[in-house]
Order: sequence, then C-alpha cells, then structure tokens
Amino acid sequence: MSTNSSSAPMPTRHGNAAARAIDLRKVYGSGDTQVTALDGVTVEFRPGEFTAIMGPSGSGKSTLMHCLAALDDATSGQVFVGEADLTSLGDKELTRIRRDRIGFVFQAFNLVPTLTAMENITLPMDIAGRKPNKEWLDTVINTVGLSDRLDHKPSQLSGGQQQRVACARALASRPDIVFADEPTGNLDSVSGAEVLGFLRRSVQEFGQTVVMVTHDPNAAGYADRVLFLGDGHIVDEMNEPTSERVLDRMKSFDGAAHAGQVT
Amino acid sequence: MLRATFKSLLAHKLRMAMSAFAIVLGVAFVSGTFVFTDTLNSSFTDLFRQTAPDVTVRPEKAEAAAAGGFTGSDTRVVPADLVDTLAALPGVARADGDVSDQSTFIIGKDGKVVGGNGAPGVAANYNDAPAADGSPIVTITAGVAPTGPGELLLDEKSAATAGYAIGDTVRLVTSGAQPSVTGTMVGTVRFGESGNLVGATLTIMDTATAQQLYLGGADAFNDIAVTGDGSLSNQQLRDAVTAALPAGFEALDDQQIATENENQLQQGLSFITTFLLVFAAVALIVGSFLILNTFSIIVAQRSRELALFRALGASRRQVTRSVLFEALVVGLVGSTVGLLLGFALALGLKALFGAIGLDLSAAGLVFQWRTVAVAYAVGVLITLVAAYLPARHAAKVPPVAAMRDDVAIPESSMHRRLVGGTALTVLGAGLMVWALAFGGGLPPLGGGVFAVFIGVALLSPVIGRPIVTAIAWPYSRLFGTVGVLARENARRNPRRTAATASALMIGLALVTTMAVLGQSTKSSVDELVSTDLKADYVVSNAVQSPFSATIAAQIAEVPGVTAAVPERFGSAKVNGQQTLVAGFDGDQFGRVVAINVKSGDLQTGDDGILVTDTRAATDGWRVGDTVTVDLPAGPAVLRVAGIIATSNFVGADIVLPLAALEAGGVAAMDSLVYVDRAPGADPAAVSAAIGTVLADLPTVTLKDQKAFADSQRAPVDQLLAIIYALLGLAVIIAVLGIVNTLALSVIERTREVGLLRAVGMSRRQLRSMVRLESVAIAVLGAVLGVLLGLVFGISLQRALSGQGFAVLSVPVLQLVVFVVLSGLIGVLAAVFPARRAARMDVLRAITTD
Repeated sequence: MSTNSSSAPMPTRHGNAAARAIDLRKVYGSGDTQVTALDGVTVEFRPGEFTAIMGPSGSGKSTLMHCLAALDDATSGQVFVGEADLTSLGDKELTRIRRDRIGFVFQAFNLVPTLTAMENITLPMDIAGRKPNKEWLDTVINTVGLSDRLDHKPSQLSGGQQQRVACARALASRPDIVFADEPTGNLDSVSGAEVLGFLRRSVQEFGQTVVMVTHDPNAAGYADRVLFLGDGHIVDEMNEPTSERVLDRMKSFDGAAHAGQVT
Repeated sequence: MLRATFKSLLAHKLRMAMSAFAIVLGVAFVSGTFVFTDTLNSSFTDLFRQTAPDVTVRPEKAEAAAAGGFTGSDTRVVPADLVDTLAALPGVARADGDVSDQSTFIIGKDGKVVGGNGAPGVAANYNDAPAADGSPIVTITAGVAPTGPGELLLDEKSAATAGYAIGDTVRLVTSGAQPSVTGTMVGTVRFGESGNLVGATLTIMDTATAQQLYLGGADAFNDIAVTGDGSLSNQQLRDAVTAALPAGFEALDDQQIATENENQLQQGLSFITTFLLVFAAVALIVGSFLILNTFSIIVAQRSRELALFRALGASRRQVTRSVLFEALVVGLVGSTVGLLLGFALALGLKALFGAIGLDLSAAGLVFQWRTVAVAYAVGVLITLVAAYLPARHAAKVPPVAAMRDDVAIPESSMHRRLVGGTALTVLGAGLMVWALAFGGGLPPLGGGVFAVFIGVALLSPVIGRPIVTAIAWPYSRLFGTVGVLARENARRNPRRTAATASALMIGLALVTTMAVLGQSTKSSVDELVSTDLKADYVVSNAVQSPFSATIAAQIAEVPGVTAAVPERFGSAKVNGQQTLVAGFDGDQFGRVVAINVKSGDLQTGDDGILVTDTRAATDGWRVGDTVTVDLPAGPAVLRVAGIIATSNFVGADIVLPLAALEAGGVAAMDSLVYVDRAPGADPAAVSAAIGTVLADLPTVTLKDQKAFADSQRAPVDQLLAIIYALLGLAVIIAVLGIVNTLALSVIERTREVGLLRAVGMSRRQLRSMVRLESVAIAVLGAVLGVLLGLVFGISLQRALSGQGFAVLSVPVLQLVVFVVLSGLIGVLAAVFPARRAARMDVLRAITTD
C-alpha cells in the first residue's frame, strides 16, 4: 500500500486528534426510501477540548456521534479514534475500543437497574476485568458529588443523580474521549446545569476530551467549540460560544430553512 | 380491538408457538391415550366377537371366578354326554365341545418361546363350529385337520415366527401334568377373519389329545358351544338351553360373554390409561405455568399499548377479552397440532406394544369424535385458565400509563401469596404428618402432598430469591461482573423467575419421588432376599404364567435337593371380599422362607389357613376361628391355623393349603418353586442337575439368590426408565419455558443490553450473562423440585413400608446428577436467547423507546 494514497491520507497533520472523521458518509435504506444522514463529513476533535454538535432534527448530528463512538458503521469514509481506523475493525475490536477508549453519557441515563451506583460506575472496568484506579475513582466521585449515594440502586436516585452516575461511569476508566448524547435532555434546568458543569470541569481540570450532541443553546454554551450540522454537512463552526451567540446562530438556521422552503 | 389482537398474535409468533407447544404435548398425550386404548379395545372386542358362539355352556361359576383373575384355571368341566343332549334340542343346529388352555407356549426352532410377555399361549381342540356372527372361529389354511396324538396345527403367524413348516416336529410347554409336549405340525390355521390374535399364539389338536393333556384324559369339555339353526334369537336359544341344563351349569349368549370379556378388558387397560393420562396431566400442569408466564410477560411488554387502548376508550373487559382471545387462538392451534401428534403417539405406542408381544398390527387406529372433543376441550380450557390471570392483570393498566415513559403494571402485593402459600404448605405438611404418624392412609397423604406442592409453588417467588442468591453465590467470584449481572437478573423479577422454575420443579419433584421410591424398592428387595429367603434357588416362569406341578416333584427327586416347595396363587371371595390367596403348605414353606408367626403355627393340615395380622385385625379373626372361602367349586369352611406377619414372599393376606385349593377347583399349577440344597452338596452339580429337569422348558428358569434378587429388581428399573422418559417430556416443556422467559426478558431489557454492549461488553460476555441467569433459574427449579421430591418420596416410602418399600434408600448420587443435569439444561435453554441478545444491534438497543 502506497503511503501517499489519496484514499487514505496520512494522519501526520492530525496525529494528535482524539477522534476524527474523513469524508464520512452514512446512508440509510436503499432505492426510493434512501436517506443520506451524513454526506461527506470531515471533522477533527482535539484532545482536551469540549465540542458541542448542534443542528436541527434530522441534520445527522446523532448519526455522526454514533459513527465516531464505534456504535454504528459508516457507509464510506473513515473514522479514527486515536490512531485506530474504526472502519477496518470487526465487532470484537470495536467492542474493545468502546470499552477501553470511549465513555458514554446518554439522554436516558441508561444505568443497569440491578446494580448499585458504585457498581454502575465501575461497570466498564469490571467488564474489562481491570481494577479501577482508586485515587482517580475517588476524584471522579467527589467531583460528581455522589459519595453518600454509592450504595443506592438507580431507582432510588433522582434523574439528575442518575445522570451524574452516568457521567462518573463515562470518566472512571479515563477514556480518550467521552461522547454525550443530549445529556440534559431528560433533566430540569438545575440538574442539567450540574451535569454540564461537571463535564466542563472534567475538561478543564482533567484534560478530558468531550463531544456532546445537543440542541439546547445553553448546553452548547459550556463547550469550547460548537459545530453546526445541517443536511448531513458541517455548515458552520463557532469557537468560545456563549448561549446567546449560539441561539442567534440557530435562529438564522431556522430562518435559512424557512427561506429555503419559501423559494 | 379484534384486529389489534391478531396483530399482536402475529407479532409474537415465536413465543406463542413455544407456549402452544406445551399444549401440543399435553393434548397429544390425552388424544394419543384415547386413540391407543380405543384401538386396543376394538382389537380385543374384535377378537372376542370372533370367538364367542351363539350360546356358551359352562360350569356355573362361583362369584369369585366370574369376576375374573383366577391365576390358576378352573378345573371343573362339562361332561361329554351333555353335548349330544344339547344338540338334540329344538332350534339347535349343532353343539361342539371345547377344550382349551391359556398357557401352552410354542418353542421356536431357535429354542425361544414364541410370544409370551403376558399374551396367552392358547391351545384348543379342533372343531369347525362358527362364532355368533356365522364366521368360522378357525379356518385351516394349509395341511389337514389333526387326527390322533402327536398331530398339531399352529396359527400362521406363530408358525412363521417359530420357523416351523408342515412336517416339522414342534415343541410345546404346557402347564398341564405333562409339561413338555412334542408333536408334528400337520397344517396351519387362521384365527377368525383377519388372523389377528393380538400377540397370542394358537395351537390346535384333536379332541382326544387335548382332553389327555388338559383334562387328565376325562371325556369332558371346558365348555360347549351351541349354535342355533336360525329359528330362535340368541337370547331365546340361551333360555331354551338353560331349561335343559342340569344343576351346576350355566348358559350365556354371545352378548353376555362379550360383556364379561369387556369388563375384564377394561380392568386390564385401566392401568395403561391411568398411567398415560397422569402424564398428560403433568404435561398440561407444567404447560399452564409456561402459558401463564408467557402471557404475563407479553402483557407487561404491551402495557403501554394496552394503556393506549384504555385511553382511547376501551373498557377493562375489552382489554381482558382481547388477551383471552389470543389465548383462545393459541389453545385452538395447540390442540389441533396436539391431536395430530396424538395420532403419531398412538402409532408409536402400537409399535412399542408390538415389540413386547402385544401385536396390534392388524388393527387400524380407532378415531372417535370423543377424542377430538376431549382434546379441544382440554387444550383450550387449560390455555384460557392459564391466561386468565394475565388477562385480568392487563385490564388493570391505568389509561394514563400511555403518556408515561416507564410503564409498570401495578403488581399485586406478595402479601396474599405469602399468606396463602404458607397456609397451604402448613396445612399440607400437617396432613402428611397426621397421615404418617396416625396411619391416616394414602388419601390424606396424597392430599397433603398436593397442598404442599401448590403451597410451595405459590411461595416460590418469596423463597426463590434467597435460593437464587445461594445458587449464584459463586458467580461473582468465578465470572466477575458478568456473574453479578446474571445473578441480579435472575433475582430482579422473582415472580417470573419462580414461575419459570416451577415448571422444572414439578417435573423434578416427580422424578425425585420416583427415584426415591424406586431405589427403596430395590433396596427392600435386596434386604428381603437376604433376610427372608432361606431357599437356595427359586424356580419361576419367565412368561409370568404358572407352570406344571410336575416340575416341583421332579426337582425334589434331584440328588442334593432337600426340599422343593411350590407356591400358587388364586382368587377367592373371603368374608364377602374378593381376595388374592396364596397356596402352599405352611410347614414346608417355613423351611424355605422366614415367616414371622404371630400366633398359632404353620401346621395347617389340609383344612387350616394362614392369615396376615393386618387382615386378621380387619376381619376380627383369631386362631381357631372358622372362615368360609368361596372357591370356584363352591364354599369351603376352613379354620385359622396361624396368624403371620405380612411378607412379600407370601404375597397375599390369606394362605390356603394346596389340597384345599385343588379341592376348590383351582388347577394344580405352580407360580414359584423354592428349592433348598443339602448342606455340603456341590452348588454347581445341584444347579446343573435341576437344569436338566428344566431343559425342555425354556420359559421356566432356575435362579440362585443373587439372580433372583436381580430379576426382582429389573422390573423396577424398567418401570423407572419408562417413567423417566415420560417425565422427560415435562422437562422439555420446562426447558421451553426457560427459553421463552429468557427470550422475552432479553427483549424487555433491550436498552440495558445495548448499554452493556456500548460500554464494552463483548458478545461472549453477554452470552455467558444470559446463560448464567438461565442456569440459576434451572438450578432453582431443580433444587426446589428435588427437595419436594425427597419429602414426598420419603413420606410415601414411610406410608408404604408394609408393601414392599420396607427399606428407605435415597439415591443421593442420582439426585446430584439431576441437579447438575438441570444446570446443563439451563445452559441449553439459554442458547437461543443468548444468541439473540448478542446479536442485538447496539445502536438500536440504545435508541429504542
């Protein structure tokens, strides 16, 4: 294989990216019902950066995250987590990458109801058969403020507490990158702010890489950078966002969408 | 609403099919039993129809004999001159004297007995008298009629099986005075129209020879077949014949004979019918657990949809009805398939019985509408009953649940279950204790067992949790997080886990009960042989029919034999009660078998009887009392000479001296001969010498103590094997139950499975998680079942200790094997659900609603 093959560009310039996608396409269905969710997305996530992905429903933001997080496979293009090319890996390797290098926070919390909060937090490491780093675990637990709730089952915790457990789970194994899918979608504003503050701190204090999909401009305001997706393309990017600026940008999106419809 | 129901059925095809399978098996058993017994019935009715003449004349039977079941045959006869008297009556076309015997077996060219295994070896004199329907009873198909001693006809099938052709010398074994007979085969006969003897063999000889062999040479007959000339109905003919008969004889028309035979047949078949129907019941009960569980889970999963129906205005009753309608469809489909499978089962049974000597190949399967009606009634009813609770539950879903994210059907509290289950268990246990401690007998014990069964089944969600915890205790150590998750999954829904395990519990409780009883029987046999059997050898008949009394006399002559004591069995009416009686001479018998004499002694003379203490107690007899025993020839007044303890070697509650039995008209045929060897005699030489006596009699075998014990144990093992095989079906249903529950649980936990995969659980780990949960459920069922089975088996053994279960023996190793096997069953049951879980698309699992 030639080193300068155009289909597999060398990752020299992007060598230190936590994750990236190159000309990523994702097509669902076939024939008349074919839907293109991602249409040639090239994007890069730098280590220690908090990125928010925004866009209207159907823009492809969730699909992008699923592909980056080794949950879904791409139709074409490439996805890298660190140096690993996900598109060339089988289920076993993908499972290992999810386990060892990726953390997840879901909108619906997705805790295992039969396990205690503590057991849920250490679950990925337990599955891997690894001992958690005690010091780091304590740090994480103290940061999310759950020390007195560790023996509770999820059903005994509030939504906000459950989501903080989920965050702690995502961070406990020190993954290369944490993906959060609408982490505040099921929470009230106070709990949501706690969770976002926690994600922010993990980036600032521990240098964690976080990618968050959201359509809440307030949530996006916690990020270092916002990517705007529309119709499967990255249409804009904003550094050091504030919720007001994001909101304005989103409004112009809506305006454009409406304008598009009018013409 | 109806459309929604159908949609739901279609959406759950597979799980419906699995729960329907339980119904299929149960119904198959029920319908198979009916079809098979109907077939047996019609074969025998056919057989009887082809043998009964217009009117049969025979010695008047004592009530005892008419009830059937005389082990020895009736020795009284009809004099020959009565034949001519009857033939001369107006309306009579002909009268033919019949001599017949039921234990004349043909020895094949290979030296083996043809047929046997319970089917009789019939011998009869030759005549061409027709049956009541006008068809000949036997037709010569080759060769000529036998004339003079040494000429025989065999039925075509037996001749072919034995390998004899016309002109060959045929060997026979009879129970008459001459045990071994040879003759030349001069032809073959066909019995009736079809030649269907249902496994029996038929030997025909001329009248004089038959009289010589079976009636001691007297010019007499066992009965007379009277054929009318057509001018009178059979009933009128019977009345005319009766008027002409001397006292002591009776005439029966073909209908009466048919009824008599039918009654005997029903008694004979009731065992098979009961046996099979019990297993059908087990299959259906186990199946109802499976259905209950499946519908409960489906209702739980559809609760949001059901809530939507309610929100849209469906009444509670409509919701209940829609679930019941699903059950109805499942029941109908299951019953139909079960019915078809039942036919296959009946075919299999037919082949099985053919293999052990009951040849039904000439008979087609008998299909009655009653079978269809029962099959559907049972199948549909059980399904509806089992689905009723989940259906009621479905109606309780509040309409507002349609708007909520996480829907949970309000669970009725465990409290009522706990109270009800405890009450039933305590009540049942009390009943069992009472029955055992105060001799309440089997019915209260059975009632207690049943109550405990239901009680424990009700309690199982409560007691199951700690047991699952104990079973899964090594999980976390051995399998880490995967083990913990599996354990918690097995614990999270105690009702579901318990209901699933209950199916296996029932199966294993029955298996364990049988194993304990079987092992106890075998140990009791060993114990009995070593303590009570003083004789060195036992001579018995392999085909379970009595043999000639000459054999005992010949063995007694063998050098080195000090005693050859025969034992016989018969049936008599004593104090108005039909009773099995044994026949032996007490003082002789006491030398070969240890008998515990409670009072009186074994010196009975010819007019004394021995009775067991239990029978003496119920009838209030003391030594010296006189007792009237109704024998075929009439009542005999005998005195009670001794009261003895119940013994399995005696085998009956009343013992008559041989002379009294013979005087009463019971044929001199032995069932067993106990042989004592002189001290110092060479065992090998003695058994070889006895062997020569028995050389011509392949059905009669000599066994030493060890071989005798083995032969007594063998039927226990055979019976256990059959019972295990049948209960295996219940276990299959239980396995399906586990498969179903796990598959449904996996679907229910889609999101959780997705999460586990997302955070890095491999497919292999996921599979072993499901597998471990399955093992925990299966072992829970096994442990509960084995424990219950132990309690039941031990209490039954206690209750039956006087009836061949004297020694309690628990097959510990076997029970351990059962539990281990159940674990394996759990692994097996998890294959499909585990694969399903592992194949689940991670993304869909996470994004599912």
